Amino acid sequence: MKKSVLLGALTVAGLAAGAAAAATVDDVKARGKLNCGVTTGLVGFAAPDANGNWDGFDVGVCRAVAAAVLGDPMAVEFVPTTGKTRFTALASGEIDMLARNTTWTFSRDVDLKFTFVGVNYYDGQGFMVPKELGVSSAKDLDGATVCIQTGTTTELNLADFFRANGISYEPVPIETNAEAQQQYLAGACDVYTTDASGLAATRATFENPADHVLLPEIISKEPLGPLVRHGDDEWADIVRWTLNALITAEELGVSSANVGEMSMEAGSNPEINRLLGTEGNLGEMLGLSADWAKNAIAAVGNYGELFEKNIGENTPIGLSRGLNAQWTEGGLIYSPPFR
Amino acid sequence: MTTITDPQRETFRLGMLIYDTRYRSMTIQVVALIAFLILIGWLISNTAQNLADLGKEPSFRFLWEPAGYDINQRLLDYNSQDTHLRAAVLGLLNTLLVAVMGCITATILGVIIGVLRLSPNWLVGRLMTVYVEMFRNVPVLLWIVFIMAITIETLPQPRDFRGEDAAATMKVFDSVAITNRGLYIPEPLFSRGLGDVEVAGNRFEISLDLILLLVVFGASLYASAQVKHRADRIQEQTGVRPKTFWKRSAIVVLPTVFTLAILGFHLGYPALKGFNFQGGIYMRNSLIALWLALSLYTAAFIAEIVRAGIMAISKGQTEAASALGLRPKRVMSLVILPQALRVIIPPLISNYLNLTKNSSLAIAVGYMDLTGTLMGITLNQTGRELETVLMGMLVYLIISLSISAVMNWYNNRVKLVER
Repeated sequence: MKKSVLLGALTVAGLAAGAAAAATVDDVKARGKLNCGVTTGLVGFAAPDANGNWDGFDVGVCRAVAAAVLGDPMAVEFVPTTGKTRFTALASGEIDMLARNTTWTFSRDVDLKFTFVGVNYYDGQGFMVPKELGVSSAKDLDGATVCIQTGTTTELNLADFFRANGISYEPVPIETNAEAQQQYLAGACDVYTTDASGLAATRATFENPADHVLLPEIISKEPLGPLVRHGDDEWADIVRWTLNALITAEELGVSSANVGEMSMEAGSNPEINRLLGTEGNLGEMLGLSADWAKNAIAAVGNYGELFEKNIGENTPIGLSRGLNAQWTEGGLIYSPPFR
Repeated sequence: MTTITDPQRETFRLGMLIYDTRYRSMTIQVVALIAFLILIGWLISNTAQNLADLGKEPSFRFLWEPAGYDINQRLLDYNSQDTHLRAAVLGLLNTLLVAVMGCITATILGVIIGVLRLSPNWLVGRLMTVYVEMFRNVPVLLWIVFIMAITIETLPQPRDFRGEDAAATMKVFDSVAITNRGLYIPEPLFSRGLGDVEVAGNRFEISLDLILLLVVFGASLYASAQVKHRADRIQEQTGVRPKTFWKRSAIVVLPTVFTLAILGFHLGYPALKGFNFQGGIYMRNSLIALWLALSLYTAAFIAEIVRAGIMAISKGQTEAASALGLRPKRVMSLVILPQALRVIIPPLISNYLNLTKNSSLAIAVGYMDLTGTLMGITLNQTGRELETVLMGMLVYLIISLSISAVMNWYNNRVKLVER
């Protein structure tokens, strides 16, 4: 399976990249479906529910884009990707966008030829250990066996962290979060390391979450966000401003509950009017309908709703907003103005 | 008067290329060749063009950049600051390690099972049939994952060995630890070792102890062979073979034991320290799962090849050998197997190749072979899909062709010399 993806991707990269690089938005419209790359399963971020419908924080971004472009949040084909296959899948045109807790780094943006359109979650790499080991700091992990998802930035951060602290470790490279969870629970590794949000989400699915602790060290900056192929700026704009629309909607108090009413006619706040298309022609500039942002917000809610519904404090994952609060609340979530 | 007419001089017309059967097949082949070359050229230029459009011109410079990731099983010194090239070499060595271990184990198992499958003992024969059918009819990837899952889920964790009433204990006089992270066995150590010698600008270290031992052991084997030749000569001349067993055993064993004693040989035992066992040789469960699965799987095929080879030898040979008074074991080893080898070797080559190529499934259990390093993490961190995959394909091609070359040479040696 992995091989066929790789080789298939090579062939596709060879034969079709030229075609795929141009006008992704036209391809999506012609297809009537958005191909969106997500994880193979990380509860809260992207995981299929009992009926096989994908749900989660990253999935919400995919659905919002589908709603903005096609008017239908369900018109998404979710393509599960691993840390290893995700970039090849995007570069080859197998997927139109990737929303898979992927860290925005210089080399991915510049050298791997992708365009990160924003940040939907500010994260950092953490460590999870069983409580019975009695470890209180990541610096006590000398000689530990560490489970790690291969092909990720965490793999490189981990090497740097242990090197900088002059301690040794035994890496166990693993493809997916599910396998890592299985090996960690069986004790085949002492520590599981990935983004702190991923650790919280994984721990929430354990039988006894209280038996496992997250160590205090956060060893890296992991700004996670959706990305598209480099070179198709129209498509990048669409995905970027769909994400910004969700963020702005929260800032301006537009939610899935009141967006229908607010978009009926122009209100008193001109920015809301521009956002919802009752004033100006922002949708037309993007090559979309005037109610693109309204559709996206109606489909998945604003940024805050998306966060609270999937990974917020009232969910089993229980992440607080922290850095991911609006800039007005002391966080880093900030959208450029709709003007 | 007879008139001799010159045969009409052949005139060549362009149409003959198609209508003249003498030229037609040539024409078709040339046209097909040109079309094929054009297709290849188009594929290459199209790929190059598209990569250029993406801004990703092929370049191998990444090989000299720091890899940044760690590899757990290292046959050479390596840390995360070494280059991608060195990481690829380590991966290649891991591939070769599991391929060599697998080929040896599969051959031994395969020959035993193949012979036993022909056993007149009904139970043994049927059991071997069950083995063969079970292993060769399930994809090898499933066997790899299955064995890995068993080791992870059923074996004790290192922390189970801790404490007074530990849930798990070490086996074989406290020298072997079997954990769900792998197997720890005692390692040979030398208290008066000679150290290492660095070659190729300290890129590789070679243990002088190992070289010395190999030289001594090789020399003993040579001396032992000389004793055998001498015994052969005496037997040919006098008909009486001198007893050489003890002499040859001593020649093979004593010098090596003596060298070991001089070097201060002792065993280093694994012991639980911190999170893991330290000391001893650590065979990771990924290596064990891969090695076992590949061996057991390929052994099933080799068993069938061996069986076919044996059955290809006419029954008369067995009967003739028995008539000469050879015991069944010697009939097999002296008469049947040497002849069967001629039938066995060619398909055996392709099974060795298959095993080596199947080792690229290592990534399923996180074994860092060539596919895991060069075509896995390096590909992912540098985004150089085309370059890394082409390099990987080239390396596997070279490995396979080398195995073929060696085995073909061996095949030429054992095949029936026809006069």
